[in-house]
Amino acid sequence: MLEVLRSMLFVPGNNPAMLQNAGVFGADAVILDLEDAVAPREKDAARFLVAEALRQVDFKTSARVVRINTLDTGGAEDLRRVVSCAPAAVLVPKVQSASDILAVAGLLETLEQPGQAPVQIIALIETPRGLAEAYSIATVHPRVIALAFGAEDYTAAIGAKRTKEGLEIISARGVLINSAAAAGVAAIDTPFTDINDEAGLRADVALARQLGYKGKLAIHPRQVDLIHEVMNPSVEEIRWAQRVLAVLRQAEQEGAGAVSLDGKMIDAPIELRARHVLKLAENIPAGGAEQ
Amino acid sequence: MKSAVGREVPATVVGYGPVTAYAGAFQTPQPERRYAPMMKQARPGDDKVLGSLAEAFRRIPVKDGMTLSFHHHFRNGDGVLNLVLAVAASLGRKNLNIMISSIFPVHAPLIDHIKSGVVSGLDTNYISGPVGRALSLGVLANPVIMRTHGGRARAIEAGQARVDVAFIAAPACDRYGNVTGTMGPAACGSLGYAMPDAEYADHVVAVTDYLIDYPLAPVSIPQTRVDYVVKVEKIGDPKGIVSGTTTITKDPVGLKIAQSAANVIAASGLLKEGFSFQTGAGGASLAAADYMARIMEKRGISGSFAMGGITGYLVNMLDRGLFKRIIDVQDFDLEAVKSLATNPNHLEVSAGYYANPFNAGCVVNMLDTVILGATEIDTDFNVNVTTGSDGIIMGGSGGHSDAAAGAKMTIIVANLLRGRLPILLDKVLTVTTPGETVDVLVTEHGVAVNPRRNELALRLREAGLPVRDVQELKALAEKMAGVPRTPVFDGRIVGVVEYRDGTLIDVVRQAGG
Repeated sequence: MLEVLRSMLFVPGNNPAMLQNAGVFGADAVILDLEDAVAPREKDAARFLVAEALRQVDFKTSARVVRINTLDTGGAEDLRRVVSCAPAAVLVPKVQSASDILAVAGLLETLEQPGQAPVQIIALIETPRGLAEAYSIATVHPRVIALAFGAEDYTAAIGAKRTKEGLEIISARGVLINSAAAAGVAAIDTPFTDINDEAGLRADVALARQLGYKGKLAIHPRQVDLIHEVMNPSVEEIRWAQRVLAVLRQAEQEGAGAVSLDGKMIDAPIELRARHVLKLAENIPAGGAEQ
Repeated sequence: MKSAVGREVPATVVGYGPVTAYAGAFQTPQPERRYAPMMKQARPGDDKVLGSLAEAFRRIPVKDGMTLSFHHHFRNGDGVLNLVLAVAASLGRKNLNIMISSIFPVHAPLIDHIKSGVVSGLDTNYISGPVGRALSLGVLANPVIMRTHGGRARAIEAGQARVDVAFIAAPACDRYGNVTGTMGPAACGSLGYAMPDAEYADHVVAVTDYLIDYPLAPVSIPQTRVDYVVKVEKIGDPKGIVSGTTTITKDPVGLKIAQSAANVIAASGLLKEGFSFQTGAGGASLAAADYMARIMEKRGISGSFAMGGITGYLVNMLDRGLFKRIIDVQDFDLEAVKSLATNPNHLEVSAGYYANPFNAGCVVNMLDTVILGATEIDTDFNVNVTTGSDGIIMGGSGGHSDAAAGAKMTIIVANLLRGRLPILLDKVLTVTTPGETVDVLVTEHGVAVNPRRNELALRLREAGLPVRDVQELKALAEKMAGVPRTPVFDGRIVGVVEYRDGTLIDVVRQAGG
């Protein structure tokens, strides 16, 4: 369920109508949010709603992720209420260090029901300290499957002004993608916050993709299709990936060692990229080209 | 007896007369002859301008029991119905029959005129606001006649609805009675729904607040049918006429549905050079039109015509060359009004030209596709846009049944759940538009195709669209919201739902009684 995460759509955990419809937008994952979207006095009602939604609502093809609060602001209670409802993962906010992850993982182990698939962890990196620790955060526990970047809090902490162009976060985006790649986990880019700026979103997703990100957080359903459109491989890329794998298969059958395509060596990273392209291509609906 | 959609309709309805039951969308033959309207005469030197509405009442004269007609191009900004009825009340007129193409919240004073006996009959195509509630609760002794836009034109042309006096709200008028909707403080654009009234009414009064020099041009309603011109201070509130706020919906679920509707059109095989299209002016319909425009641009297609409630969005599509013509019976914003006034490819047409099933060809017959809404739809694809689930009248066909009957593909867009209620049911409360004229239901949870259109279902499936059986969609809705209790209304008949051909498709019974 969490293999392809082009888009992860935030849905306020205290809004029944939005929870009910969260699955209709085709996001690769929905993030049922108990943290920033929910006012402190509404946290308890939201926990109840999110737990019920996990039990009752058909989220269709979207993986179910819950953003909990930090453990010192109610996250432990969040976990007690939602883990037994079998979310695919929890998104842990403001992760500062590997020990934060170990604490969450420990709670998950005690709360999971016998036979339940392990709940995975996505670490939201949104502080300078968290970014400095990103690699150890990503490698400290096998449950960690992705690092996600939250640029709003991060830029505030480093004293920079957040802009649409994002020059102020270019190095942070680079560090995060490198940490994730080194750890062998996915990297999910920060959301684009102006929901009415389609061109701005397009440029921002294209930049993230160019930097190596395979996914992006979305704060509005309208962003999902556009994120997919930009993150999806082009027809040329799909054809290239198919040719790479065909050449590899042929080489395997013939027992050949090193192989090349169009004069370029096919090494492990190229094979990996080709396989990822084809994985993404499986998710493009037939009518998708016109969306 | 039963109408062809399985609804019990009486052989006679008190206050309406003998009933012909709906037998199928194209099963009832047309009458042999049109009704012949009055010959008229004006002599050189005659002055049509009268000092007041009361004077018009005296000159005609307006008598008790007469039928007065009105158009609804001013929508919720209309001032003319209220003005005329206030005069009727002050002159002590009783038992008037009011024939108005649509009723809006601004027409709430109508309720008191009904209670006081000034008004005893109502004939309309659409009702929103307090009048619908009052009618449903039984304020009017006679049933309200609910028609379609095309059906109203047919009824007038056939003489089944005879208008004694048409009061035509005239945004601009000259002294000799030529009228246009494209100028003046209450400019509303097309006057299409007023045209049958002007042509067939025994007496025609143009009511204006913008009297200009003779001869006015271009003419929508001609001097040859207008008997009197009355200038009043104000005929309407521009804010309610062209609000300028018709914009694409921002509701994410609405957008999702709109996009699916556009994808259905793209996959239907109809979206090719010469494509024709009708949509409403609601935010979701506009969103669908916008998605469709993008697909047309990508494919390099230009359509033949667009029609429906015309907005700046459709005008923009005309200007971009996506359509060659706009055929216009009603406008919703100032860009549409301006375009009608200036663009020769923007055509003003009458309600009969638009949708009367009994002429030698109305425009809806030339539609490839139409996108329409629904308050309820059932598994036979019958659509209710007349009553809410509480039995209260809150709409009506307008052009719904007309466009559905004419178009090659009729798409209904609706949220599968509205509030906590599924909109997809075994039986709709009131049948407005018969299922045989409806082809596709598009919801946020998938698309259902009328079993009569298996080839279309196949095309949509091949294109990868989420086509589901209509029963499966209904089950899904009930899984989420539970099975709604079916309300039963068995009071007296407070409304009759006339199909466009003049047959009765359903009745509305008193609610909350």
